[in-house]
Amino acid sequence: MIKKASEINESTPWQEMTIGGEIYEGGTSALVNTGDWRTMIPVFHEEKCNHCMFCVPYCPDSSIPVKDGKRLDFDFMHCKGCGICVKVCPFKAITLEKEGA
Amino acid sequence: MGIRSKLSGNEAIAYAMKQINPDVMGAFPITPSTEIPQYFASYVANGEVDTEFVAVESEHSAMSTCLAAQAAGGRAITATSSAGMALMWEMLYVTSSARLPVTMALVNRALTGPININCDHSDSMGARDSGWIQIYSETNQEAYDNFIQAMPIGENKAVRLPVMVCQDGFITSHAVENMELLEDAAVKGFVGEYNPEHYLLKKENPLAVGPYDISNYYMEHKKQQAEAMKNAKAVILSVAKDFEALSGRSYGLFEAYEMEDAEVALVIIGSSAGTAKETVRLLRREGKKVGLIKVRVFRPFPMEELAEAMSRVKVVAVMDKAESFSACGGPLFAEVRSALYDLKDRPKAINYVYGLGGRDICVEDFAMIYEKLFEIARTGDQGEVYRHFGQRELGGEK
Repeated sequence: MIKKASEINESTPWQEMTIGGEIYEGGTSALVNTGDWRTMIPVFHEEKCNHCMFCVPYCPDSSIPVKDGKRLDFDFMHCKGCGICVKVCPFKAITLEKEGA
Repeated sequence: MGIRSKLSGNEAIAYAMKQINPDVMGAFPITPSTEIPQYFASYVANGEVDTEFVAVESEHSAMSTCLAAQAAGGRAITATSSAGMALMWEMLYVTSSARLPVTMALVNRALTGPININCDHSDSMGARDSGWIQIYSETNQEAYDNFIQAMPIGENKAVRLPVMVCQDGFITSHAVENMELLEDAAVKGFVGEYNPEHYLLKKENPLAVGPYDISNYYMEHKKQQAEAMKNAKAVILSVAKDFEALSGRSYGLFEAYEMEDAEVALVIIGSSAGTAKETVRLLRREGKKVGLIKVRVFRPFPMEELAEAMSRVKVVAVMDKAESFSACGGPLFAEVRSALYDLKDRPKAINYVYGLGGRDICVEDFAMIYEKLFEIARTGDQGEVYRHFGQRELGGEK
């Protein structure tokens, strides 16, 4: 009867929700699309990037994935377009543009 | 077998806590409940319990400590009064909505102001919508017995709600009475171990407690809480039954005293019920058909059961030891009168707000109130519904 957070959605009846909203697994915020709050979007210019990793710890939403020592394109399901990465990039490898422009 | 003893209400509660030996106590001193953590701290210091005593800097932190300890998988207790509980306010709601069965010993005291340290029920009545189960005690014995029953009620899987066990500040908390205690082993056996299914310290079971709840989910969680409170009624009665088998002392949602053929009755909470029962005894000797209902469990409110108990009565006076400033009656009155609404032939009901800030009420006072109820029964004229009792009036008695 008690469901995992990943199985609960907006059509789940109260009888099948976890008691008091308890969550029985870790990292469930990854399941939630918060990228749709964005009005501005960062654009990654890979040719200018030196993979210095400066932007990665600055990102408040952990939306810059890293693989084998190289940063990849943004995780747009969670990036909110705050533009901090744009400010801190020493190589101007990220620009901020209007979402959907 | 029971152990005959004489203890104050505060000592009795502290003794019950010692026998239960909970995991954590988070508490901050406030009159008149200070003695509870004080006695308990000496049990901790003497190694008589294994409890972690957290001496916090405020009651907000006391309740935070308790709810965190309970979420971690422990059994947590606290004691407080009046402004102390008011400072816990936010955490009272967090505890009940996170469904953490913390147990609180509340020693009822007027909630300021003007500042006053004596008994009334304004502190707990103010918290009646906080999602806590509320059990009230008339005597030291009841305070002790209620505290021992609190954990099996709150921790029941169908309930999972915090419980406050209330007793009247100074009147029972500081007065020493003869009472009967249970053996340590009997209490431990009755209360049992706390074995929650999910808790923070269970490493194979990652858990988040009290997450942010958006509008699309909040209503469902509140419905769960409301259902849990409804479930609590049956659990309270079943725990009382087990407790009776253990102790020989019987408890219900309320006590009906001389109600079988009563024509007029009082509904009352707490220690003043003892005084009023003496009035009932004396009036019964004169052949007057008077009765009394002492509400033990106010949350969940025993609506249908109370209505049934009052169904044959002509006039009822509901005694409120708290103001609610609704301009039309106290909190107990509002709920009792609402319970009466579903009866086909309902009694007339009036309200007396009495005993605020420790104002005394005596056997003769209750006799006067019963007399007024007979007068209403005789004349059919209810008069003023919302009344205050015991205050000085210009021109004397009203």
